[in-house]
Amino acid sequence: MTLDLLAQAAPDPGVVSTGEAVVFWILGPISLLGALGMVLARNAVHSALALVGTMFSLAIFYIVQQAPFLGFVQIIVYTGAIMMLFLFVLMLVGRDSSDSVVEVLRGQRLTALLLGLGLAVLLVAAVARSLTAVTATGLAPDGPGYSGNVTGLGAQIFTDYLFAFELTSALLITAALGAMVLGYAQGRAHTKRGQRATVEARLRGEHDRISPLPGPGVYATGNSVAVPAVLPDGSIAPESISAIIDATPVREIEDEPGPDARALTGGRHDDTAEESR
Amino acid sequence: MTPTYYLLLSALLFSIGAVGVLVRRNAIVVFMCIELMLNAVNLSLVTFARIHGELDGQVMAFFVMVVAAAEVVVGLAIIMSIFRTRRTASVDDANLLKY
Repeated sequence: MTLDLLAQAAPDPGVVSTGEAVVFWILGPISLLGALGMVLARNAVHSALALVGTMFSLAIFYIVQQAPFLGFVQIIVYTGAIMMLFLFVLMLVGRDSSDSVVEVLRGQRLTALLLGLGLAVLLVAAVARSLTAVTATGLAPDGPGYSGNVTGLGAQIFTDYLFAFELTSALLITAALGAMVLGYAQGRAHTKRGQRATVEARLRGEHDRISPLPGPGVYATGNSVAVPAVLPDGSIAPESISAIIDATPVREIEDEPGPDARALTGGRHDDTAEESR
Repeated sequence: MTPTYYLLLSALLFSIGAVGVLVRRNAIVVFMCIELMLNAVNLSLVTFARIHGELDGQVMAFFVMVVAAAEVVVGLAIIMSIFRTRRTASVDDANLLKY
């Protein structure tokens, strides 16, 4: 349907119609501004958004230039998938990872600007002669081997460019595998030590003691975490109590004479209680 | 106006992308500049297809898009793995061909 509209709009497809010229002179500066903004913006997210604008206007250029399939692929793949991937990575890396203003190489920016200007002048000079010398043929709807943009592209891809298409599939699979390998790659610092390696390290003497630390309350008179463990020779193991408990200030409650419950019994049950204990 | 104006626009966009690659230090922005250069080349390919009246230019632009997608995936994975160990995304700080 787009092709029908285009064919009606431009009877001679090689000639730029007035509407296309208007689109070009509106969207061309917008795309240039987007590109400049991407290069000049300090914040990387602003750069990404400026690039999205440029890609959108390029997609409209494709559609205007009788390549509607490529235009929609541009919108879906570039602005939809690739730029979102860029934004995801920007958010993972850190949004404020802006450029440093310090020039590492002296005069690098000026040199780069001059080189870019030289490149632009060379390219424009190379193309400029074709402004008058070249007459465009245009993709006529009844042109050679052309019956609709998508149909024509499909016919081309699956006949003339079939080998390249197959290579593309291999490339995509390789890229997906490479991204997985790179994404899940963990350096040596991140590898966990297994049980066996831990035991061997203990026996090799890399730890302070071979055995694990004794738990509190083992072989002691109480099973509270505040009671230290008693070693087989009867001495107290101080490392059995967590350093946090040791460091916690304990309010001394023994010194405060409170209401004594034993006073109610008249002291006789004290002896029996101690005997039975 | 002829379709050749699109070629001029494409040349300017390509130059801006090249300057961005040379100037910027953030690896992700450098990557975006490379994407801009690929897009400029795509625009010129589509324009060539129109000028010549053949679809080959559009097919080439399609393949460029596919290769660009694969390149972006691998490149961003490399940037992520470098960032994970070096805590930086600047091209100045990556001086080893490993992470």
